[in-house]
Amino acid sequence: MGRYLRKRILISVSILFLILLILFLLLQFMPGSPFNDAKLSEEQVEALRKQYGLDQPVIVQFFKYVGNMLRGDFGVSYSISPNTPITTLLVNRFPITLKIGFASLIFGTVAGVTLGLVTAFFRNRFVKILYSLFTMLGIAIPSYLFAMFFSWFIGYKAELLPLLYDFRSPFVSTVMPVAALSFSVTAVIARFTKSEAEDVMKSDYVMLARCSGLGSGSIMVKYILRNSLIPVITVMAGLLVGLLTGSLVIEKMFSIPGIGGLLTTAIESNDYSVVLALSFVYSALYIVVMLILDLVYCVVDPRVRLGGKPE
Amino acid sequence: MTDTAVYTPTEQDFVPAPPELKETASSEAVTGSKNDMRKRFFAQKSAVAGVVILALLVLLAIVGPYISGHSYDEQTLKHANLAPRVPGLSAAGILDGSETMNKTGGSETVNLYEDLEITDEYYLFGTDSLGRDLFSRAFMGLRISLIIAAAATVINLLIGMNFGIISGYFGGMTDILMQRFIDVVGSIPTLVVVTLLMLVLKPGMGSIIIALMLSGWIEMSHISRAEVLKVKELEYVQAARTLGAGHRHIIFREIVPNITGKLITQIMLSIPSAVFLEAFLSFVGLGMPAGSCSLGTLLTDGFQNVLLHPYKLLPAAIIMVLLMVSCHLVAEGLKKASEQ
Repeated sequence: MGRYLRKRILISVSILFLILLILFLLLQFMPGSPFNDAKLSEEQVEALRKQYGLDQPVIVQFFKYVGNMLRGDFGVSYSISPNTPITTLLVNRFPITLKIGFASLIFGTVAGVTLGLVTAFFRNRFVKILYSLFTMLGIAIPSYLFAMFFSWFIGYKAELLPLLYDFRSPFVSTVMPVAALSFSVTAVIARFTKSEAEDVMKSDYVMLARCSGLGSGSIMVKYILRNSLIPVITVMAGLLVGLLTGSLVIEKMFSIPGIGGLLTTAIESNDYSVVLALSFVYSALYIVVMLILDLVYCVVDPRVRLGGKPE
Repeated sequence: MTDTAVYTPTEQDFVPAPPELKETASSEAVTGSKNDMRKRFFAQKSAVAGVVILALLVLLAIVGPYISGHSYDEQTLKHANLAPRVPGLSAAGILDGSETMNKTGGSETVNLYEDLEITDEYYLFGTDSLGRDLFSRAFMGLRISLIIAAAATVINLLIGMNFGIISGYFGGMTDILMQRFIDVVGSIPTLVVVTLLMLVLKPGMGSIIIALMLSGWIEMSHISRAEVLKVKELEYVQAARTLGAGHRHIIFREIVPNITGKLITQIMLSIPSAVFLEAFLSFVGLGMPAGSCSLGTLLTDGFQNVLLHPYKLLPAAIIMVLLMVSCHLVAEGLKKASEQ
């Protein structure tokens, strides 16, 4: 397992480095410049470029950038709030995005596992129809449409929850965004759990346990739950991608002061140092979570834990 | 091995099969399974419903923009912000063009059609803030989104399928190198790839298709590779190889026809995800340029004044939901039909 771990971490680090390179190269070809202000004269633009180190060779800029990134210094914003370190912009916003993302992932997973297990366990027509309807809608309909429906019916018509993010009541104002984001997570996890649980329930070892007189409660917990949950970890990585994309729109819709909203603003105002930093943050977040999920999978799957290769 | 054990076939050993035997052999073995699959597919009510809805949507995307008599980009500023009004129903008081406005002094119902004295006009879905007919716009948007999705899917299929087939078929070092490449490229979140690409390229249909392509071909290649690995050791492929068929023949005549089922399912799934990404890009401000029309721009415009005129959001949202659900129903049906 140690060897696998080392290899996995090495790959992650090299991917992260490659992403930095790609981001940097791509951003060299970006149209527009942060100094779009018509009031600036040629010399002033030149002076600004010098001040931000944009007149140096590309290679020097790149290595300087990587060095700064690794130290957690993402540079300064050019146009959103000029000369403010991006790290300062991130410090308050990052926790909010992280909170909403993980709340959606965890809430969606718990709801999905419950729904999947209930459907697999009670083979009842009503439960099945409810399950099919829910998973179909959850998988097919994008989160921003759910968010639109929620904000119209719950937020505007019924006035139950705030339409926009409110600093004074962060919990209440994140209920709708989390609900909208976790819909698809619930649907995917429910589908996956159901098919896994059905496979496990048909397996020989569950049959043996049943024959030896174990109650269905302890079979459920010891065999079915555990063995059908392990593969669920593998789908969670894929769901995270959807959450990242979804959170960008959701944050804009509910005016949540997270990094998604910051990225949208940065795109609109051509603030490419912020876009670069946020792309790095998003990629790093994604790669780190993938790595953690992989390691968790290693720990819980005996085939991997005992030195074999994961499938 | 002795010489006597070797039997050399002579020409007399190969007699052409009688015509009736030939027919049964070819048609039953090959088209029989295809017929079965079709039968299993159409036996599922949900799959049939998906096909019907999808066909209707495609039809409406073709003819929809011409039904109402107003073109999708015709601006009649006098007719701005009209609520939906349907002939026949309007006499009964439903969808008669009136809408309830929330104002500071409480809510108030207004009918702009009567105020403007244009009671002979019927905008089925209402109009937007520039007086453009939302009925024509909704179906024009559907058309543009479908064109984008279809183009992206075809390109994804070409790149992904070839990549996957080469990787899976040749195996060995080729496979390892190609898979490592995918590991690295696939580890960059789609969000980041698409955002950066759209910043570099000019906004428009072409750039959106390229962005969708960069994010979609990997899944297609995963599926083709997995299918090739399953199929390539089967008897008929080995038979073809034994008979001396070249790689090109084996790939295009033996393998590709047998993996199409899975690929079609993936195509049905990649259309909704392309439509989703297009709408996402519009929402973030990286989508189609202002003034153009797609489901994404319609949703974005609609959402901006959802609290004032909710009817503006509704057509595009409903069309999108129907499109997504029907594609998934068809994909699901195909999956079930090919699994049995």
